[in-house]
Amino acid sequence: MPHDHHDHLSPSGHPYRPDDDHPLTYWQQMEIAVRELLIEKGVTSAAEINAQIDAMDARSPSNGASVVAKAWTDPAFRDALLADASAATRDMGFDIGPMKLIALENTSDVHNVVVCTLCSCYPRNLLGLPPDWYKSRAYRSRTVKEPRKVLAEFGVDLPATTQVRVHDSTADMRYVVIPARPSGTDGWDAGKLATLVTRDSMIGTGLAKAPDIT
Amino acid sequence: MNVRQFMRVRADMPPGHVRTPAYLRGKVGWVERQLGPSPNPEALAYGRQGDALPLMRLRFTMAEVWGADALHPDDTIDAEIYAHWLEPAEAPHAP
Repeated sequence: MPHDHHDHLSPSGHPYRPDDDHPLTYWQQMEIAVRELLIEKGVTSAAEINAQIDAMDARSPSNGASVVAKAWTDPAFRDALLADASAATRDMGFDIGPMKLIALENTSDVHNVVVCTLCSCYPRNLLGLPPDWYKSRAYRSRTVKEPRKVLAEFGVDLPATTQVRVHDSTADMRYVVIPARPSGTDGWDAGKLATLVTRDSMIGTGLAKAPDIT
Repeated sequence: MNVRQFMRVRADMPPGHVRTPAYLRGKVGWVERQLGPSPNPEALAYGRQGDALPLMRLRFTMAEVWGADALHPDDTIDAEIYAHWLEPAEAPHAP
């Protein structure tokens, strides 16, 4: 009978989930050891490390959304962004550290999508940490082989007349997609436009939101 | 190595930390843009000083990379490849 094992249910009526505890892996131990040595030898401090973690956690896709919205509304900025995305985003006031960024513009003819087949390279210094699926073996291996199937699973169905450009982030550059500006947004200012720009639209696995479904 | 020049990725399989994806080795693409000199990650990964090597973005067609298995032959893949992995090649197809 399904309700025989009441001791396996939490007071909410759902089964208990096992704790997410496991012994430290080799590399987790190595990270802790190196970090503690660096602190012990005065190379860095716990406060500096915490400040870096806080700075990374404060970055989010909303940074990228304001870059995209500015590119949609300011042709000179759009040109500067396509020429040198690192300089253009720094000029907007974003602290992207040493990141070398390339902006990829989607048009009616071209759809760009970004992947890192070798690991998980992502423009963290602008958009914050990547979604878990971006680091999955399935996304990394399938996006270079069957990008349109992957995009379709994200709800993006492209006509055959649109060329798909996959960008494998293999070395020093990081990539941000400038999605196409949705129709029906004439006269919108950059602040309002930024609300249409999603994280996935800047990876290329999504489109900017249509104005009527926000 | 000028923009639009065709280059073949070396088909080697050396050991160690290599940032040239295996699925592109032996394939011919064209230079999409130059990225300037960049330290060789194959040395940096082992704590050695990495020589600054020209790094460039190559563009490959799906037809070139996947052959008859390409679902949309005219779609493309771009990747950053270091100069020591590249050798001049003839065009396999028009860019």
